[in-house]
Amino acid sequence: MRSPNIADTFSGHQDNAVPGEPLLRVRGLTRIYGRGCAECVVRTGPEAGSNICPVCASIVACAGVSFDLYSGEMLGVVGESGSGKSTLVQCLYFDHTSSAGDAYLRSYRGGTVNMLSSSAQEQRHIRHHLMGMVYQNPHQGLRLDCTAGGNIAEKLLTAGFFHVGRMRERASELLRRTEVPMERMDHLPRYFSGGMQQRVQIAKALANNPPLVFLDEVTTGLDVSVQARVLDLIRHLHRELGLAMVVVSHNLEVIRLLTDYTLVMKSGRVVETGLTDQILGDPQHPYTQLLVSSLL
Amino acid sequence: MADKKEIRPGYNYAFLDEQTKKEIRRRILKAVAIPGYQVPFASRELPIAQGWGTGGLQLTLALVGPDDVVKVIDQGSDDVVNAVNIRRLLLQTTGVKTTENTGAASLIQTRHRVPEERLHDWQTLVFQVPYPEPLRRVEPSEVKTREMHAEADYSRLWVYLYEDIVRWREITIGAQYPVLVNERYVMDPSPIPRWDVPKLHMAANLNLFGAGREKRIYAVPPYTRVQPLEFEDHPFRVESFEGKYCAVCGSTGSFLDELLDDHSGARRYTCSDTDYCARRLLSGSGPGTGRQTGHTGGN
Repeated sequence: MRSPNIADTFSGHQDNAVPGEPLLRVRGLTRIYGRGCAECVVRTGPEAGSNICPVCASIVACAGVSFDLYSGEMLGVVGESGSGKSTLVQCLYFDHTSSAGDAYLRSYRGGTVNMLSSSAQEQRHIRHHLMGMVYQNPHQGLRLDCTAGGNIAEKLLTAGFFHVGRMRERASELLRRTEVPMERMDHLPRYFSGGMQQRVQIAKALANNPPLVFLDEVTTGLDVSVQARVLDLIRHLHRELGLAMVVVSHNLEVIRLLTDYTLVMKSGRVVETGLTDQILGDPQHPYTQLLVSSLL
Repeated sequence: MADKKEIRPGYNYAFLDEQTKKEIRRRILKAVAIPGYQVPFASRELPIAQGWGTGGLQLTLALVGPDDVVKVIDQGSDDVVNAVNIRRLLLQTTGVKTTENTGAASLIQTRHRVPEERLHDWQTLVFQVPYPEPLRRVEPSEVKTREMHAEADYSRLWVYLYEDIVRWREITIGAQYPVLVNERYVMDPSPIPRWDVPKLHMAANLNLFGAGREKRIYAVPPYTRVQPLEFEDHPFRVESFEGKYCAVCGSTGSFLDELLDDHSGARRYTCSDTDYCARRLLSGSGPGTGRQTGHTGGN
């Protein structure tokens, strides 16, 4: 297994683009479901071919994941189901607690405090002010029994907007950007099509202008033409707003279209990292080779 | 009849046993120390059913001393069955003086109203609360609402208010209007009308809230900030009685109840606070010197 530390790979590029500190620094992020034991991390992983500890039967969802993400960059996380890629972003978005590891966000206390060990209140603040998340399933990211506008307002209210008129202005601007018809603003997302729910979710994630957005399998489950429109939208927003994004997908085409850098994950570990083009053109790890060669 | 009298034989003073009263007083102290925070307590069985003011009654029973003068009101009225029964229970188990005069009462138990007359710092107002959790309308799980309070995460309640405005162009919550206490906890002020909400802000008296069925005690201590949740462009409003007045005393500055005449169908309005109304009537104009009623011990 190659070193999961891709700080070196990133820094060369970053000297030209955005000098200085990375936006997000992650070191040794680990999440174990179950009791956990001393053997857990050693006896699981790609070599063992499993992420279930043979000693204590705990599941090592992800272990020792490290990376740097700079402002405005798109990082891809690719791997098969159960490889730990969703766990990774959900730990970073505080949906799950992490078992070990550090994460530093430049916009949170100057990137000096490990946000994974912050209080729940602080984490909520980070979630609502400094991050956005788009889940695979809109049910997770949206309140389907609140209007589309209400969903966006929720994000704004947590950030201390208390002006209905201005919130509605902001919501309509976001919905226009994400191509949701204005007349649907006061309708319930429950009755929207899958693609439109996904676009409302993206609008909600962008509500507070966060510098960092996580996209967890955003196009999975959408039909091909809608997929293309959502991907177009993400690329457009990225270019326009200069957001940093972490794109999780099992679909290499999505990764190729969107991202600059890629982490390849298997059995909870990062097995290969590098420029997306390089990984797709010249895969080194046998698993990556398998992934690329099985591309339809 | 208002003079101190013997309590019923076989009963402890103020019905509850001393340990229970001690527990409730300790909960009250905690509630006062953390304004707006709902303190759990072991609500006891009482000779009235839960949902009929057992929370407020337990607070009153735990607090009432032999020198107190007690007033009990239900929706502003001293003479409604709920108030009468609670007053009678207090009389029979404590023998304290009771009064209808707001200005003479040291301890006032109320259901769904704050008296019109401004209360003083030596007075305590005890509210009967049916639903203590202001977040219940957006979150059914108690575990989650407690977490939301701990993190001061009130965004979902705010979304509820936002959607109300989108749908109806105003916030449609009438009674039980959520308030922010001491800039920290959102609190349910019990189903008092909006009219009464501003009276809690920086009030001189101690306000105690008891929910018997839900087993919660909370408090607004004297001189505490109480702000109704409102948007910058949709400020909080109290009920408007423009052009209406009390048919009995002529008051235009009090919360009015609407009465429909069964025969003619005509609408009339009267003060909801009966003591306020009666004293205005006696004194001829405005809130006067105070009416001496049959129950009044005075002080």
